[in-house]
Amino acid sequence: MKPGNLTQSFDCVIVGGGHGGSQTAAALRQCGFTGSIALIGAEPEIPYDRPSLSKDYLAGKKTFDRMHLRPQDFWGARDVELLLGRHVSRVDPTARTVMTDRGEHFSYGQLVWAAGGDPRKLTCPGSDLTGVFYIRSKADCDALLDVLPDAQRIVIIGGGYVGLEAAAVFREIGKDVTLVEALDRVLARVAGEPISRFYENEHRARGVDIRLNSGVTSLEETNGRVSSVALASGEAIAADIVVVGIGIIPSDGPLKAAGAEGPNGVDVDAFCRTSLPDIYCVGDCARLQYGPGIRIESVQNATDQATTAAKAICGEFKPYDAMPWFWSNQYDLKMQTVGLNYGFDSVVTRGDPASRSFSVIYLKNGAVLALDCINSPRDYVQGRKLVDSAARIDPAALADTSRQLKEIDLVTS
Amino acid sequence: MATISVRTRDGELHSFDGRIGASLMENIRNAGFDELLAMCGGCLSCATCHVYVEQLPTSANLPVSSIDETELLEGSDHRQENSRLSCQLPFDETLSGIVIGIAPED
Repeated sequence: MKPGNLTQSFDCVIVGGGHGGSQTAAALRQCGFTGSIALIGAEPEIPYDRPSLSKDYLAGKKTFDRMHLRPQDFWGARDVELLLGRHVSRVDPTARTVMTDRGEHFSYGQLVWAAGGDPRKLTCPGSDLTGVFYIRSKADCDALLDVLPDAQRIVIIGGGYVGLEAAAVFREIGKDVTLVEALDRVLARVAGEPISRFYENEHRARGVDIRLNSGVTSLEETNGRVSSVALASGEAIAADIVVVGIGIIPSDGPLKAAGAEGPNGVDVDAFCRTSLPDIYCVGDCARLQYGPGIRIESVQNATDQATTAAKAICGEFKPYDAMPWFWSNQYDLKMQTVGLNYGFDSVVTRGDPASRSFSVIYLKNGAVLALDCINSPRDYVQGRKLVDSAARIDPAALADTSRQLKEIDLVTS
Repeated sequence: MATISVRTRDGELHSFDGRIGASLMENIRNAGFDELLAMCGGCLSCATCHVYVEQLPTSANLPVSSIDETELLEGSDHRQENSRLSCQLPFDETLSGIVIGIAPED
């Protein structure tokens, strides 16, 4: 269609071309949805596997054509119109239209917002210098890969999963890596202390210079390019490039402007419905009614919420209750998480971290909430059932590796 | 041509030409079977590409399951003796004619 004034109508418009958006489209067809579907994606590529960006793609171990979530012809065969390279800038829930930054208007019967998040940007002086990179999109990663061969000294800002995964890749190709974290441990927002200390030790043993409790005050330049990172301590760390991984901001602006509720992300009910009529929200943007209301940034959450929303659109109202899981690969370490540790009041370490195969079990009021399992798929698999049943188990028994988790008796009280 | 036959959950059998060198998971996904979620993208972190090897061509061999694969499969309620994670099975000419069933969703 021509940009400008014409309005094209779809029975379902999906905003976002990541795991959530693509699974919504696929699940709608699987559920028998026969109406027209448009998927509007901000990036020019067909939907692809984002977690590989900070792992195998950055390491050059996986080519992009192996990262497509579905093959190109899948979308045509399912009669899903892909409208790529477009940002949705406005939602009008009364007129039931969305507008893109190209000035196009699309009207919808049902709208599914799966726009994900944008990297949280560094805001200190110098943060817009050449040589500062993020890892969120293929374009981000390609820009980084372009200069990587000529960069030896890399400073990573942020000790979350993306920063740590990137650090592992950079060390494996022989770069000098310094990782700067503002808090007193890496992964502070997502994992318990034993996990943080384990990863700090592993990265340090492989030569990563980890700086905890270190705020960044500015980035300094030489000839217009970043050349060092200035810390609050007064120290400056030389850098050929800087990679920033300090979280994401949910891409919910247009939906919020249209009146959707939610302080951080968009509030959704058990069927992924927002407070606006016939507008759903799934994935990184969606704020679940769990605890004080949380967003879950994971492939599993995006995929399973998308299925929930698609079913609801097709009239099958099945509340979202999927078991959360997540993974991170660093060096030869495979971490698998099951459950959400939100609100835990104690942790049990099962196995010796020095053996590089162990698990951390999170408990609340004596019940199992979640597990982080390092090189221990058996605990991960068996732990799922403990999380599912909120099992109450004597902590000493949980820590006893002579018995498998599935063989441990529950506390009878 | 090296062919792969896939039985979907409704029992229908579909055959297509496989891409040599890609995993069976990638082949099944690329052929458009949307029942196979393969959520982790093939890095052995989930079990959402669980399949049954229904028929293996004579003289063909599959790689032995790693401990990690076996453990992940043990977590499935639908595990059978012929269960595999399709991301762990590279496809080559010797496997032409293989028949794969997509396991039920856990």
